[in-house]
Amino acid sequence: MNLQVVGACLIALLTFAVTPAYSQDEGQRASTGGAQTLEDILARQKGLKVDESFRRDNLGNPENAQPISGNLGSLGGVSNSDIYRGIRYSETDVKVSNNGPAAEILVQDGGMEWLLTRQGGIQAYAGYGIGGIILALVIFYFARGRMTIDGGPSGQTIERFKAFERFGHWCLAGSFIMLACTGLLLLFGRSVIIPIFGHEANSAIATFSIWVHNNIAWVFMAALVAIFVMWVAHNIPNKLDLEWFAKGGGIVGHGHPSAKKFNGGQKLIFWMTIVLGASVSMSGLSLLFPFELPMFAKTFGIINSMTGMGLPTELLPHEEMQLAHLWHAIVAITMIIAIIAHIYIGSVGMEGAFDAMGNGQVDLEWARQHHDLWVEEEEAKGAPIRQAGDLR
Amino acid sequence: MKTMFAAFAFTIAVSFGAYFVLSEMGFSSAEVQSAPSVRLD
Ligand code: HEM
Repeated sequence: MNLQVVGACLIALLTFAVTPAYSQDEGQRASTGGAQTLEDILARQKGLKVDESFRRDNLGNPENAQPISGNLGSLGGVSNSDIYRGIRYSETDVKVSNNGPAAEILVQDGGMEWLLTRQGGIQAYAGYGIGGIILALVIFYFARGRMTIDGGPSGQTIERFKAFERFGHWCLAGSFIMLACTGLLLLFGRSVIIPIFGHEANSAIATFSIWVHNNIAWVFMAALVAIFVMWVAHNIPNKLDLEWFAKGGGIVGHGHPSAKKFNGGQKLIFWMTIVLGASVSMSGLSLLFPFELPMFAKTFGIINSMTGMGLPTELLPHEEMQLAHLWHAIVAITMIIAIIAHIYIGSVGMEGAFDAMGNGQVDLEWARQHHDLWVEEEEAKGAPIRQAGDLR
Repeated sequence: MKTMFAAFAFTIAVSFGAYFVLSEMGFSSAEVQSAPSVRLD
């Protein structure tokens, strides 16, 4: 019984939350002869949902035009207002001399929403997210300290990554870091760089940033494919990973849970890189070739058919670009936050980790503590053990 | 570390390569957005 009451309240609350706030009903528009009222305009400015059908569908009808001999006689055309409404809602057949894609769309009013999301939510996400993870890592470093090799290094090394694996990793990492820095410079240009350094400086920085961002992206995409092919076999999740997570990965506490080549946490980083990396690449390509690769209407259609949601499946070319732009930023920032933690563990956070990607040789004791099962496999295969510093 | 620097050098080289290839193929926004009646340079 109680459960039913709670359920009913929840449904009521949800209905409240998802019902769009319409500004007013048709009756009130009688005072303007059916045209929009001040309330409509104010509601739109507040970002409330206004049912626009009274304007969208009011495009004039030549059939109803006054005859030429009538009081308001016309040649049977539609009025200027009818034409402008048609342009606004992309209902009029427009011809333009610019041959660019989507040039025939003269008015598209989703731009404000895009701008506000970008300058509001997305900048806040980037600022708090990236600032937050850096702060958390600094606190972690001082609270927990560097993870050291128990008993110190053994002085013997074993090969962890071959040269081509390290090459692939550094192509991915180098391009990603440049993409992250230039992307953030573009995101914060108007709100941070212009107020501090002025328009001239921002213009130069933005021109440089977009050039680097557009062209280095190819390396990221190619390296992403290479990393996937090289490492996917070692990253299939299994039961060992659950045990690894149950023991806090040895990061919380001081144990050393068993692991093969990659532990549970690394698999998480791997799949995050692959899935989000693919998504950021797709939306990036869509931005790189404006209007040529729209993908949101189709994706929304698939999501609708799977979940029964009512996402829009007809989008104007500009709306496609706006969504690609917002999605690109959201996914990229999520990746940046996760990768900062990865960089921490791969460098200052853990003694002996960097060598794996530095010269490819890791200390045997480090390997035994973090990847015991992998070392056993390698030793069974007869992998050579070297003295530290011997890089033949 | 040598591999790392080689990868960074490769990354820079490919970026310039991508720029020249795409410019040659006429992918600059000016070329994509303008009608044939526009003289770009
Ligand atoms: C300066 C920056 C970076 C450093 C110092 C670094 C360091 C490392 C190290 C040492 C490993 C091997 C760990 C092991 O021996 O098991 C590794 C693996 C890996 N790195 Fe990086 N990395 C950096 C940036 C990046 C970036 C930007 C990405 C992706 C966009 C990335 C993706 C990966 C992936 C997917 C792996 C394999 C899974 C894992 O070990 O977590 N790395 N990195």
